[in-house]
Amino acid sequence: MNINRRQMLILLPAAAIAWKSVLAGTPEDSPNYKMSDHWWGMLIDIPKCIGCGNCVRACQTENDVPDGYFRTWVERYHVSDWEMKNPQDIMTNPMTDPQVISPDGGKEGFPVATDTSGKYFFVPKMCNHCADSPCTQVCPVGATFVAPDGVVLVDPKYCLGCAYCVQACPYGCRYIHPEKRTADKCTLCYHRITKGLTTACCEACPTGARQLVDLKNPKDPIHEFLKTHSVQVLKPQMATGAKAFYNGLDGSVR
Amino acid sequence: MSLFKDAGHLFRFAGLFVLAFLVFLVVRHFVVPPSFGQYGHYRGAAIAEIASHPVKFAGHDTCEGCHSDVADKKNKGKHAHVNCEACHGAQAKHATADDPSTVKPVLPDVAVLCARCHTASAAKPKTFPQVVPADHSNGMPCDTCHQPHSPGMDAAAADVPAKPAGGVK
Repeated sequence: MNINRRQMLILLPAAAIAWKSVLAGTPEDSPNYKMSDHWWGMLIDIPKCIGCGNCVRACQTENDVPDGYFRTWVERYHVSDWEMKNPQDIMTNPMTDPQVISPDGGKEGFPVATDTSGKYFFVPKMCNHCADSPCTQVCPVGATFVAPDGVVLVDPKYCLGCAYCVQACPYGCRYIHPEKRTADKCTLCYHRITKGLTTACCEACPTGARQLVDLKNPKDPIHEFLKTHSVQVLKPQMATGAKAFYNGLDGSVR
Repeated sequence: MSLFKDAGHLFRFAGLFVLAFLVFLVVRHFVVPPSFGQYGHYRGAAIAEIASHPVKFAGHDTCEGCHSDVADKKNKGKHAHVNCEACHGAQAKHATADDPSTVKPVLPDVAVLCARCHTASAAKPKTFPQVVPADHSNGMPCDTCHQPHSPGMDAAAADVPAKPAGGVK
């Protein structure tokens, strides 16, 4: 493409204005986004996670999450040799078996593991953006809801801070914001995915262990992935319709 | 009209109900936001409000728009799948400034950055490259030998800048 100086002078301000509108993020400025065309979820590839905590830090930066609160966090599981040989006994002592740690949500990584026995793995956790979410069903004022594109959101102007939803979430993904005194949770970076960007945690993940998926997009690699891998969700018995898909999830993860 | 004889007090009562209902409708009109119920039992306008949160991570496509030289180098090396902002942090301020050179990103500290991912731990996947930093480099910064954008030693041999070991970037 040949662009002379005159065309360049016209194009540059136009591009600048377009980029400004992307940033402003008002709905009029992302006119190409249609809620009914999407059904968002997340794929978490356990064997790829190295527990660096990049996702936790990125989420805090992107969404101004207060210290000590987490929209996403990483847990490290340690299943001992004994537990691996006696999987049926795992539930008999659930406080110690398996050992789960998550120092400061895994924000600064994890201590070096020296005990080489058993097996270790990292489990990044976040809102599962359930299709039949328990948290939205209990809200007495209609302040939390599943948006038409499958993202579970909180309306901070309507929320009373009764924390009923915090108790209802079986995955512990909600908290009461210490300053706003309203319920707060992962928005699946709604301000990013509506502009064609991926979430902050996916952007920052160095190994590709997290991937934003759009189940309504027939070209999304998730469809192929779901067919060829053993993919599970957390607490399937609760029938929440969770859309955080875990590849290679160990049976001891609760 | 003998049916409604002596029923005046009932009509007054019914009128009171109608009046109260009208007051309720008027109050409801002003109290319930117009977008409530647009998509469901919630305020429809909240969706756009949540979507208007400012973006902090510009996204690797934005980075590569200007820094294609670094992107080309990175895409040939072992860090091809690592996005720019995984190491350099959120850079939307830099990317969207009228003059990006005025918002200079802070250069990551390799001593912290490399170790965060590559410190050896029994907990990490066995296939992931990991070292014990103290034994591996004898205290020298990682970028003495490895170029972060293309960390393989073959690539590093060609690109290593002439600078004293332990030099501060």
